[in-house]
Amino acid sequence: MKINLINPHIDDLRTLKVRDFISLTGTVYILRDMAHKKLLEEKVFPLNLKGKIIYYAGPTPNRKNQASGALGPTTSSRMDKFCKEFIKKTGIIGIIGKGARSKEVNAYMRGKVVYFAALGGLGALGGNCAKNSKIILYPELGPEAVYEVQFENLPLIVAQDLKGNNIYGE
Amino acid sequence: MRVIKNSLITNTVADLCQKAAYTLPQDIIKSLNTTYRQEKGLAKEIIKLTLENAKIANKGIFPLCQDTGTAVLFVEIGQQLQIDGSLDKALQDGIKKGFKENYLRKSIVSEPLFERKNTKTNTPAIIHYKIVNGNKLKINLMLKGGGAENKSQIKMFNPTASKQEIIDFILSVVNDAGASACPPFIIGIGLGGNFETAPMLAKKALLRSKQNKNLNYKKLEQEILTKINKTNIGPQGFGGKITALKVYIEYAPCHIASLPCAVNICCHSSRHAGAVL
Repeated sequence: MKINLINPHIDDLRTLKVRDFISLTGTVYILRDMAHKKLLEEKVFPLNLKGKIIYYAGPTPNRKNQASGALGPTTSSRMDKFCKEFIKKTGIIGIIGKGARSKEVNAYMRGKVVYFAALGGLGALGGNCAKNSKIILYPELGPEAVYEVQFENLPLIVAQDLKGNNIYGE
Repeated sequence: MRVIKNSLITNTVADLCQKAAYTLPQDIIKSLNTTYRQEKGLAKEIIKLTLENAKIANKGIFPLCQDTGTAVLFVEIGQQLQIDGSLDKALQDGIKKGFKENYLRKSIVSEPLFERKNTKTNTPAIIHYKIVNGNKLKINLMLKGGGAENKSQIKMFNPTASKQEIIDFILSVVNDAGASACPPFIIGIGLGGNFETAPMLAKKALLRSKQNKNLNYKKLEQEILTKINKTNIGPQGFGGKITALKVYIEYAPCHIASLPCAVNICCHSSRHAGAVL
């Protein structure tokens, strides 16, 4: 059974359990390797992401009159080395990506952040769920820029719940 | 001497980019349909969405995957063929054109370590040339995503290594890849050759759609596939019966001291297309 989440608050995430099938509607911030590196080097953190959900991805270019190109997850473990500091600096409550993460990251996320798995290799499906998207930071990075995307009914799986239960087996 | 215009080559490569990025090959669709019948629960739901993704992409608006990959070209040139202009430029221009016109992601940076500046054209493509008999030009394009490529490995075995040691290595590569490389996989294996040719064989294997003609290697492909599907990694790494859809082995002669084994992992979205001019 699908659980509908609409711009969730941290309290909405407490009841989620690992392997739950989610349909997410709301705003998500997209960033990957280079944006992480640059953001954490900034003297003043330029985004307010408190209570928000981020998504490790890099979409294909938009067509005219198209809200987004293809959009799916990239490998989360590449962001492990930034993750702890990123959560500490921003106060995010959710991360969307794919694949297992380090033990340290899993332990740090417990109680603070839900880790959602998006469906790897299904970028057409993900792009089709985006209703609006814009680059909000580092446009010079092209597909590695920071995007703000509005999703409607994006399918996700809970990969680690707030209690720390993990789908990839820890 | 037959002459081919370079503009024909460029346009053909651009068309192959469209085909590869938006159309999942029929043999993969067939395998996914079989997988759908075999799986249950979450794994079944994932395969259903995977097939739905292919249908959406087929309409030609959204590519199958946002990682439209490194463009890898396998080019066979007939000796009796003359190209009007630079073949290399014609092929690279085809990638530029295909990626621009079909809204594919430009994922190539100019150098690996210091600036990592995006070339904004997805070129240079990686091109492998082979001179063959005849007067035809055969082009195979593969769009290879970074996630699965990152999980590929090579190991140089002793020549006396057993079949079991080889299989254990391949299983360890697959286990290490896990969910990050987007299972269910297609596994390309290169056995023999040397340090540069084994990975090339593994990559070439990913272009196949039929099992090995050599009976020993055909049996080995089946054995490895069965063992991979016992790992319970499953679709998207959430557990399930099917972790790989296909295993293809390419082999080559090698030195008396060596037994190279390369494993190239490909996600279910095995994007490739070919043309003969």
